[in-house]
Amino acid sequence: MSATANQSSNSTAQLSGERLHELYQTMVLSRYLDQRVWLLNRQGKAAIAASAQGHEATQVACIEATDPTKDHYLIYYRQFAAMIALGTEPEEMLRGFLAKEGDPMSAARQFPLHGAHPRVDLFNFSNVIATQLPQAAGVALADKLKGSDAVTVVFFGDGASSQGDTHEAMNFAGVHKLPVIFFCENNRYAISVPIEKQMGIESVASRAIGYGFPGVQVDGTDVVAVHEATVAAVARARSGEGPTLIEASVERLLPHTTDDDHTRYRSAEDIEQMSQRDPIRILSDLLKRRDLLTDSEDEAIHAEAQKRVNVATDTVDAEPYPDTSTMFDHITAGSGNNAGNNTGGNA
Amino acid sequence: MPEQTVIEAVRDTMFAEMRRDDSVIVLGEDVGNRGGVFLATDGLIDEFGEDRVIDTPLAESSICGVALGAAVNGMRPIAEIQFADFVWPAINQLVGEASKVRYGTNGVKTAPMTVRVPYGGGVRGGLYHSQSIEVLFAHTPGLSVVAPATPYDAKGLLASAIRSDDPVIVLEHKRTYRLVKGDVPAEDYTIPIGKAEIKRPGTDLTIFTYGLMLHYSLQAADMAAANGIDVEVLDLRTLRPIDEDAIAESASRTGKALIVQEDTPAVSISSEVAAIIGERCFFDLDGPITRLGPPEIPPMPFSPIQEAAFMPSPEKILAAITRLAEI
Amino acid sequence: MPFNIELPHVGESVTEAVIGKWLKSPGDKIEKYDPLVEVITDKVNMDVPSPASGTLTKIIAEEGDTVQMGAVIAEMDATDAVNNSAPPTDQVPDISSTGSPSASRIGTMVQGANVGPTGGEFTDTSLNAADTAVPAASGTTGSTPGKKRGFSPVVTRLATQHGIDLNTLVGTGLGGRVTKNDVLNAVESGGSGAESASSTPSGVAAEDQVIDPSPIRKMIANHMVKSMSEIPHAWSAIEVDVTGMVEWRTSNRDRFQSEHGVRLTYLPIALSVVADALKDNPRLNSSWLDGKIVLKSAINVGVAVAAEAGLVVPVVHDASGTSIVDLAGTLDGVVSRARSGSMTLDDVQGGTFTLNNTGALGSIWGGAIINHPQAAILTTEAIVKRPVVISKDGVDAVEIRSMMNICLSFDHRIVDGAEASAFLQSVKTGLEAISLTTDLK
Repeated sequence: MSATANQSSNSTAQLSGERLHELYQTMVLSRYLDQRVWLLNRQGKAAIAASAQGHEATQVACIEATDPTKDHYLIYYRQFAAMIALGTEPEEMLRGFLAKEGDPMSAARQFPLHGAHPRVDLFNFSNVIATQLPQAAGVALADKLKGSDAVTVVFFGDGASSQGDTHEAMNFAGVHKLPVIFFCENNRYAISVPIEKQMGIESVASRAIGYGFPGVQVDGTDVVAVHEATVAAVARARSGEGPTLIEASVERLLPHTTDDDHTRYRSAEDIEQMSQRDPIRILSDLLKRRDLLTDSEDEAIHAEAQKRVNVATDTVDAEPYPDTSTMFDHITAGSGNNAGNNTGGNA
Repeated sequence: MPEQTVIEAVRDTMFAEMRRDDSVIVLGEDVGNRGGVFLATDGLIDEFGEDRVIDTPLAESSICGVALGAAVNGMRPIAEIQFADFVWPAINQLVGEASKVRYGTNGVKTAPMTVRVPYGGGVRGGLYHSQSIEVLFAHTPGLSVVAPATPYDAKGLLASAIRSDDPVIVLEHKRTYRLVKGDVPAEDYTIPIGKAEIKRPGTDLTIFTYGLMLHYSLQAADMAAANGIDVEVLDLRTLRPIDEDAIAESASRTGKALIVQEDTPAVSISSEVAAIIGERCFFDLDGPITRLGPPEIPPMPFSPIQEAAFMPSPEKILAAITRLAEI
Repeated sequence: MPFNIELPHVGESVTEAVIGKWLKSPGDKIEKYDPLVEVITDKVNMDVPSPASGTLTKIIAEEGDTVQMGAVIAEMDATDAVNNSAPPTDQVPDISSTGSPSASRIGTMVQGANVGPTGGEFTDTSLNAADTAVPAASGTTGSTPGKKRGFSPVVTRLATQHGIDLNTLVGTGLGGRVTKNDVLNAVESGGSGAESASSTPSGVAAEDQVIDPSPIRKMIANHMVKSMSEIPHAWSAIEVDVTGMVEWRTSNRDRFQSEHGVRLTYLPIALSVVADALKDNPRLNSSWLDGKIVLKSAINVGVAVAAEAGLVVPVVHDASGTSIVDLAGTLDGVVSRARSGSMTLDDVQGGTFTLNNTGALGSIWGGAIINHPQAAILTTEAIVKRPVVISKDGVDAVEIRSMMNICLSFDHRIVDGAEASAFLQSVKTGLEAISLTTDLK
């Protein structure tokens, strides 16, 4: 049971039972891999990890409504589950976290989940917050000029929505009615800064009207709701009607990253309460209510995910680090073990 | 051979490149209907339409960020920053992001974008229409930075920048726009990025320079010749990757180096040139490496006498030539 | 309050003093300005006055100690407001003038204090013995070593300033480059001074031939001048009856060659005897250094060799206690290297005494110049058959004996005539003890 990439655009608002089942498996695999990466950090092997625990449903559901054969995805550092949903293998994810030679996104020159995907048009140039939004507008601009009906989805968090770049990007996209979906995963915390200190409004989506396009708020733990909202936004974009801002409300079940300790700024009650909004459990309950999943099937899915993760970990753990000579690759076209650009001085 | 000013050469080059390649687009403030505040893009929108010549909102970060996104998705955008002094909000997208697209994606993504930036002073521009901004960009691996000072070089280097598959910053000294006129062949040609050029061969000492200072240096060299000093003038043309070989060859040959620059000297291009000469030409030097630049003050005061005191001039350059030649 | 008493700065070029007699003892009450201790310097002897009133608590610098100006020599308990002997400084210490900060101000690294990429406490285990060397990016620039090059800017400047002819200097830099130090050394050792290749000294007639000394010749010249000008030479000589040694050598020569493959000369024997004599007379194996006599523990005897370029002195290390066979072998090697100009640094360094076999060229007496900074040099002169009066059982008779003079030049700062003679007697006894029946190893 590996993550199955979205085969084709699922533009119907309805998700079949079978498809829901598959999405659930993807979410479970993501959860186990996510947990494993956290452990690897505590072992000193994975230097940094940002968890998507709590975000699985919204990411998987959003991807489901798009067409990975032609659409563009500009992600940020918390898009763990989205990457699995787009067909990234656990080994490939681990190569990024363990900084090994075969990392497909950046040859381990970047933080994990940064770089460009080998099979779908997914990329993440940096971990500077919100720089991807104007870039997404540019990507969408190019599609409009080319007459393509591809959609650009750009993901970001509640904190990123404060950056100047976010305003500039939405403004530009609104002026030119660009085929871009601004997808905000609002977990109400930017590291430790809570939403009431981040913005004077209650909902990120309410900003859209300032740029001339619709803003939609959804429950990010509800796969069906997120999927439905994204389907609508994709349709708008493909038909030339312009951007949509979707705000999915989720919980960040773990601290910001492995370097953070959220007990320093969140009370025990708060942490306990938010952990109830666990999308895995919510979807599992839904599937069981609809007789789409039995307890033993559920256990099997979890066991399978764990096993898959174990195999992947063992494999990648034994792999080598990139050779130092590759440090010089791809600085500009034609570079690679050939600096030539102002090396300066006696090396 | 047709003669053009720098601004005419720049404009014609963009016409030619946009005709040659449909993926070339132009975006920036006032570049469309107004034709740009310097008229660098005058007429482009009439020929290529507003899809390819875009009047952007007043927001430099997104001008460059949007250009980057478009570049990554198959276009060859030429972003114009209206004045170098306004580039700072875009540093994030250029130095932080664009320079590392290829490197950070292991070559999967590339950013074939050009950013044209009018810079420099001597135009009564005060503190915010006179700045030289080359240093931050020239310091950044993954970026190329060119500074053509003649119409001929402007066409050749801008064409190379647009055709390059990596981000190139093109620094156009605004004073040269209408001041400098020269031969520009009508046919298609490019000048390779990374190659300096000896604009005036000589034997007694070499001036290393770029931008408006090239022309002042040439004037000073003529004056020096009347005094029997034979000055070579090397036009750097590209600031990154800087032409180390040409610099070293000339400095070793003449044995005396004078670096003339309009930007303030501390931590600047002239520092880099001096380091290169020191490292590679040490045993060939017959005099100290000398830098001529403005005083270390924010560039540059608005009032005319102060501006003149700030700017290097042919006379100041001649004085430096004479001092160095006498050693 | 407790207060440190420092040796005050006196005299412009004086940096240290020897502590003389303490005039006060710990426990004594002292008034400000009371004389505390006598000190002896190059320029002046003086009493150090007390900087404050109170009680002397501790003496730190004892009589006879040499102490730097400003060092603490005693402690006291001061009762009044104290003024240092130094002029008062500003309240806020001038950081720029206080030299390097103390280690505690610099701080040390805390083991195990980790930081993750964005804060936190990640402990990185990904590196073990990984090779983290960065490969040189190709296209590196910079001076290529070993390339034949001219004189650097500073070399040229110094050469001009001091009138040095750079072509006469041996370069010790990479690829034989003349370095700044090469020029400065030439300046210090008198260099070409005012003489250059192009100028001839005065008092030269037209028919005279002026030779420009080679670098080695110049070095030898400088060395000799240094030795003669610094070391007060004195001389002593003695006759040695080496008849027994000659007989021994004649009869053992062939056996030595066939058994050990070594040519047997008198030199290893002399070397062995001299080394033993040095062991018994250590002041002959010493050096005058910074006003002190340094008795060398190693006995490394240099043997003067006439090489083509000039006199060189390869050194036989640890000559005492080495067998004749081994000494012969070592000497063979070292001397041939000297003659062929292929000596190593080891060959020429560390000598503590020099032996010169001037007799090989027929000399019967010599007053050699000491190999600075050693204490003495010994020549072995020619072995000459002479009629000698031998006393046997109170009866004098004339015999033909092989006689060899040995001549000692010695540093009269270190060695007096008596010690010189004692050493010579040791050598004489050692050499005269050798006879046909001696079993020399």
